[in-house]
Amino acid sequence: MKVGVLMDKMDQDHILEVQDLTVKFLMDEGTVHAVNGVSFVVPAGKSVGIVGESGCGKTVSSYSITQLLPKSARLTGRILFRERDGQVTNITNLTPDGKEMRRIRGKEIAMIFQEPMSSLSPVHTICNQLSEAMLQFQGMTKRQARTRAVELLQLVGIPYAERRVDEYPFQLSGGMRQRVMIAMALSRNPRVLIADEPTTALDVTLQAQVLRLIQDMQNEFNLSLVLITHDLGVVAHMVDHVCIMYMGQIVESGPVKEIYDDPKHPYTKGLMNSIPKLRGRRGERVVPISGSVPSAYAVQTGCPFCERCPERSKRCTQGIPQRVKIGSEHYVCCHLYQSGKEEQDVINA
Amino acid sequence: MLSMPDDVILQVTDLVKHFPIEAGFFRKKQIGAIRAVDGVSIAVQKGKTLGLVGESGCGKTTTARAILRALEPTSGSVLFRTREGIVDMARLGAADLKKARADMQMIFQDPYSSLNSRLPIMDIIAEPLKSHGYPKAEREERVKELLELVGLRAEYARRYPHSFSGGQRQRIGVARALALNPALIVADEPVSALDVSVQAQVLNLLLDLQEQFGLSYVFIGHDLSVVRYICDQVAVMYLGKIVELADVDALYEDPRHPYTSTLLLAVPDANPHAPWRQDTVKGEVTGDEREIVGCSFAPRCRYAQDICREKTPELQNVNADSTHLSACHFASEITLEGVS
Repeated sequence: MKVGVLMDKMDQDHILEVQDLTVKFLMDEGTVHAVNGVSFVVPAGKSVGIVGESGCGKTVSSYSITQLLPKSARLTGRILFRERDGQVTNITNLTPDGKEMRRIRGKEIAMIFQEPMSSLSPVHTICNQLSEAMLQFQGMTKRQARTRAVELLQLVGIPYAERRVDEYPFQLSGGMRQRVMIAMALSRNPRVLIADEPTTALDVTLQAQVLRLIQDMQNEFNLSLVLITHDLGVVAHMVDHVCIMYMGQIVESGPVKEIYDDPKHPYTKGLMNSIPKLRGRRGERVVPISGSVPSAYAVQTGCPFCERCPERSKRCTQGIPQRVKIGSEHYVCCHLYQSGKEEQDVINA
Repeated sequence: MLSMPDDVILQVTDLVKHFPIEAGFFRKKQIGAIRAVDGVSIAVQKGKTLGLVGESGCGKTTTARAILRALEPTSGSVLFRTREGIVDMARLGAADLKKARADMQMIFQDPYSSLNSRLPIMDIIAEPLKSHGYPKAEREERVKELLELVGLRAEYARRYPHSFSGGQRQRIGVARALALNPALIVADEPVSALDVSVQAQVLNLLLDLQEQFGLSYVFIGHDLSVVRYICDQVAVMYLGKIVELADVDALYEDPRHPYTSTLLLAVPDANPHAPWRQDTVKGEVTGDEREIVGCSFAPRCRYAQDICREKTPELQNVNADSTHLSACHFASEITLEGVS
């Protein structure tokens, strides 16, 4: 299956390009098509959000970039990464535990995860965990690594960093742990930061603080950010460009304001109508999307959203819609817009 | 004789729940207490929804459990209007409590752990009916009725929880809560485990049921957008105390406690044009067992003065018709930002 036009070269301004990525998991019960032909780009220094409900493939897509998928995963497509010297590396060609990948992972592309308690080791001090990579890869002495660890903790706004550095994760609150995770991700000056639901486990005031920290760090170090979340509120404020995922496909993507002001795909419209707004008027009902997400084992022959779509027609069950460009950077995968494009092609011919 | 205003279904007064902290190996000794709920007073109007909001650890779930007496409250009274008159939940004996609970049911947060995976849906929903002595034929009839009421098919009664999605499971939880025709439902974060597209289905179901049966809800939530959508009145909790209580629009548009304003402004609204303030509050909740002198929010409050650290503010009226209460020394002096 092809989505969009495959580019041979990578755009000069882009630091990361994911092209036609598919990820399958071969399970005893059948094959799970977790990601089905996903393509998106991350311009250097910009932020891209990937939004979708649980099981839509957003986390699997991000784990593919750092090659952290389990062995049962089968991956096709290309993930292009621009090195510091301008060279382009195709990450999918690298062995996940090989030297090259280990160089890129952490040093070039860093990740922060959702659950800071389970991503930190409970039996090592913050200092040990922060300095592990420095001792391993940067050839620092223990003393240097410790000084750097304290600096990093100060950078992410942890008070009494000199004391905190010798504590264990259980002694820190959830917000502090997430700050430690961010410090760890930044410890080797990465150029791309992938944040997988970084604030889902946090309360709203802490969420605001941690997201602010991520934005500050992005500005300070000119990071490119890939933010994975299910929270349409967080995405609205954190990214330049947003990709809406459903059942392993990006159904719509575009500049964040364009997507929120004028959603085109029926799923995006459905999502926007189904969330209560903080500044909502009373008595105005939200409109849920009917039904629920189909089974992950289901094989798609038509549009993945067609069962729940209020605007479906016969052709929706027959073929997977192609990606159509409807704005300068706005793409949508839906038969509603397909026909228009075909007619356009006919006219042009 | 217990009494409360006619339009009130639940009146909680000075509810306290302290959990003892014990030390010592051979001889356990209480060395302190976690003041999970520290003097909460709320009233729920008939057919209305009262929201309890606050960050994790503020005591909202403990309050809910103490209302149902799933936890034994340390002190305070919980007056509840049952079919047979007003009772004080906090003082009822076992038999009377069981009777009263037929009128007050709960919906839980996690639809995965709150349904027994070894029982078919029929038995799960019929459980409250069984414990209240309904005969089998009647139970089966009622379960089918309930399933249809919450938008599931009656045939599903034979299936087990694993064959349902999160949203469907939460509907089953709602059906179980409705089984005995309660007047009040305590819903503890009923939609926070659900995906956004499904969350709206359950919220609308709760609103429809309220309309149909005149149900009253105590709705516990941390998502302020959801709370605004579903509640008529909102109580904001901070470290075991209510800091502000008002009608929903008044609270959102004209908050009178700095903490409420802080919470509201920290929410990123799903609208890229809406303002979002990330710097409204420093630090985080300091939960410890010491009794706090003065206002518990003072350490994080930008308006805090000496009096805030010395004297505990009472929950007081801030408007003439006493529908808006705030526990801030400066409630009528400072101007706070809300969301319009």
